[in-house]
Amino acid sequence: MRVAVPVFPGSNCDHDALHACGTVMGWDTIPVWHQETRLPEGTELVFVPGGFSYGDYLRCGAIAALAPIMADIRRHADGGGLVLGVCNGFQILCEAQLLPGALLRNESLRFIHADIHLRVERADLPFTRAMKPGEVFQVPIAHAEGNFTLDPADLADLEARGGVAFRYCSPKGEIGEAHVPNGAMNGIAGIVNLRGNVLGMMPHPERAVDPKLGPTGGLGMFRSLAEAFAKA
Amino acid sequence: MKVRVSVQLKPGILDPQGKAVEQGLHGFGFEVEHVRIGRLIDMDVPGTDPVEVKAKALAMCEKLLVNPVMEKASIEVL
Repeated sequence: MRVAVPVFPGSNCDHDALHACGTVMGWDTIPVWHQETRLPEGTELVFVPGGFSYGDYLRCGAIAALAPIMADIRRHADGGGLVLGVCNGFQILCEAQLLPGALLRNESLRFIHADIHLRVERADLPFTRAMKPGEVFQVPIAHAEGNFTLDPADLADLEARGGVAFRYCSPKGEIGEAHVPNGAMNGIAGIVNLRGNVLGMMPHPERAVDPKLGPTGGLGMFRSLAEAFAKA
Repeated sequence: MKVRVSVQLKPGILDPQGKAVEQGLHGFGFEVEHVRIGRLIDMDVPGTDPVEVKAKALAMCEKLLVNPVMEKASIEVL
């Protein structure tokens, strides 16, 4: 399996992505500078990493969404290729309009870093197929702008088409405002496009995969991807 | 021609900067509410026809300057 990790000026989770996909999963994982115009031949997954691309100038992810490599990432997605955006990567995918919505400043107005729980809302995706619907897993968040927002009509559409992949929840899987760390509408932590091949999420599954470094709640997603590619 | 694009958060969208500044003003004893902070973008756009120049600025708003999920803009040709 070949994974491309686009690297923007200000990306700082690119090495987490490289470690998770390359070292832990053993996939052929290649960093790709944002000025490149082509993804490596045979790329199956594009992992858009977290960080502060372009210093969050204008809006988080807005400038990265225009980087030269994004045109080829769009082509990859349009062809059904998998794209996973985490944290700033999620913001970039929204700004690039590969996913709907926007990530606003956290309701608390603070940067939040914490281990949180997510409930799997869609277990039929290449990103989640090794997990069960309603399964709860623990992964870290680390962001100031993770407050997912969409206008009410589009939010209703997103919910109706099953576009919500993950919701914040209690350790037991209960949903509710008390378990939403950042004010995100409907407790949305991650969403997927209509075709099911582009997923964006604020939490960091790639930071919870190596037992040498701590908990491994993020492994379910990586096992899912491994399964998806074994079948392909 | 000189163009000024003013970008504001839509009503109802949380504005932490505005809130912080409002609290700061309250600290000085000013009675003030609904403080909202936006962004002003000034630029020179080639052309002499204000209608045409404004149309160009509108296209810039749609492509990059404004995120319609959370922001709205007004354009002034100066």
